Amino acid sequence: MKKELIISGFGGQGGLAIGKNLVEAGMAEGLNVTWAPSYGPEMRGGTANCSVVLSDKPVGSPVFAHPTELIALNGPSLHKFEAGVQPGGMVFVNSDVVTDTVSRGDVTAWYIPCNRIAEELGNPKVSNMVMLGAYVAATRILKQETIEEMIREMFTGDKARLVPLNIQAFHRGMACIG
Amino acid sequence: MEKELWKGNEAIAEAAIRAGCNCFFGYPITPQSEVPEYMSVHLPQAGGVFVQSESEIAAINMVYGAAGAGMRAMTSSSSPGISLKQEGISYLAGAEVPCVIVNCMRGGPGLGTIQPSQGDYFQATRGGGNGDYRTVVLAPSNVQETVDFVQEAFDIADQYRNPVMIVCDGLIGQMMEPIEWRPVPRRDLPPKDWAASGRKGRDHHNVINSLYMAPEDCDRHNQHLEEKYAAIAENETRWEEVDCRDADVIITAYGTPARIALTALETLQAEGVKAGLFRPITLWPFPQEALRRLAERPNVKAFLDVEMSSSGQMLDDVRLAVEGRRPVRYLGHAGGVMPTVEEMTASVKAVLKEVQ
Repeated sequence: MKKELIISGFGGQGGLAIGKNLVEAGMAEGLNVTWAPSYGPEMRGGTANCSVVLSDKPVGSPVFAHPTELIALNGPSLHKFEAGVQPGGMVFVNSDVVTDTVSRGDVTAWYIPCNRIAEELGNPKVSNMVMLGAYVAATRILKQETIEEMIREMFTGDKARLVPLNIQAFHRGMACIG
Repeated sequence: MEKELWKGNEAIAEAAIRAGCNCFFGYPITPQSEVPEYMSVHLPQAGGVFVQSESEIAAINMVYGAAGAGMRAMTSSSSPGISLKQEGISYLAGAEVPCVIVNCMRGGPGLGTIQPSQGDYFQATRGGGNGDYRTVVLAPSNVQETVDFVQEAFDIADQYRNPVMIVCDGLIGQMMEPIEWRPVPRRDLPPKDWAASGRKGRDHHNVINSLYMAPEDCDRHNQHLEEKYAAIAENETRWEEVDCRDADVIITAYGTPARIALTALETLQAEGVKAGLFRPITLWPFPQEALRRLAERPNVKAFLDVEMSSSGQMLDDVRLAVEGRRPVRYLGHAGGVMPTVEEMTASVKAVLKEVQ
């Protein structure tokens, strides 16, 4: 089992954080993981992306041209990475930001209204947790409980009050996958 | 032991503190700025001294001063900043002052790019400063190795009274990976009775200097350095061989490309192509004998050197070791572009086709 995932969006959309959450949770489940960010001047106000590997074997290359899944949080990310996704792979689109649709027929496309759900929950910052929920539900790569536990560990002290909101956002994302 | 998730650059800084580094001097430059950033917070907490210097040149000279006084001193930078440090490194090597220097390489020449590269191999292994000198050059290819090597580097430096360089690239510095803080073997080190740290009742002053007035004295000093370098080559040469036993083609690579090669080997094996990886871990001393032995094996038909460099730098050392026994081909990119698994597998197959 090996997942090679690219998560891409505007800086501030929480794409890099989705990747960090996945590798933290993957590590908790005993998987081998790597998280490699793109870094460059384009990150300041432009597009930021990261490459994540979750594998039951030691990870060779932490970077790759053909991801098993793509999470596109904005339009430029979909255009840049869609063509590289492995046939049979999955593309997750934040449909509140991306107006285009996935043009390929050999991948499964999921359209997740991340921003709308986050606004319904009263905090636009949790839109990335919605997408995390969708990814976990569709790939079944990680256990729901592992992510919930990680969210509890992530927000402690004053921030502990954010735990229910983030878990709710995660669940709403999971529910988007039919 | 429990695994922890660490970013390469922060892990470098933490590893140095755990190794007893008590002086760090640095200047920010992408993609290594997290090293001084982490040090600025955590080294003073551990009782050490952090100085953000006014330039890279100042930083390496602060290392010269602090290490000359017997401290465990370190500096880090990325390619253009390491260029600025070369004069200091030559002085440190000449005066036999131990220290650790980290180069988190980026694209060049000049300011180049901020993305991962390996264009500083010549500078690291041939000596970017003047004179006949060597630095020990360790090239980790993942975050675990990086933290292990940083800790060991201080002992190697102290044992031989010589600068030790860790060369990684921007990817290793920026990526996050689980690591274990496993105990690194500590060496039995001689006392620093040469340090300029006060006379302490001795009958002489210790002097840290690389200047000689008489050419004969400087010649003798160079011979002494040469003997030291021979001992380092004898004791410290390291490399790794993966699936070389019955390989038709051997990929030679270090750092990130060696890691990408591991995935290429999996792909090739699935297609029935027998390929192996020879990974130098010390770039100097280069594992010349080990590579020569490999070139003499009947199963090995050719080598493919892969680097993040336009026309290859380690390639020279590979060719010197192979000595024309087998064809050596090259695959590489410069300027911050990384070779892909697909390029590597295609190149291995092309090389194999050429020799069959």
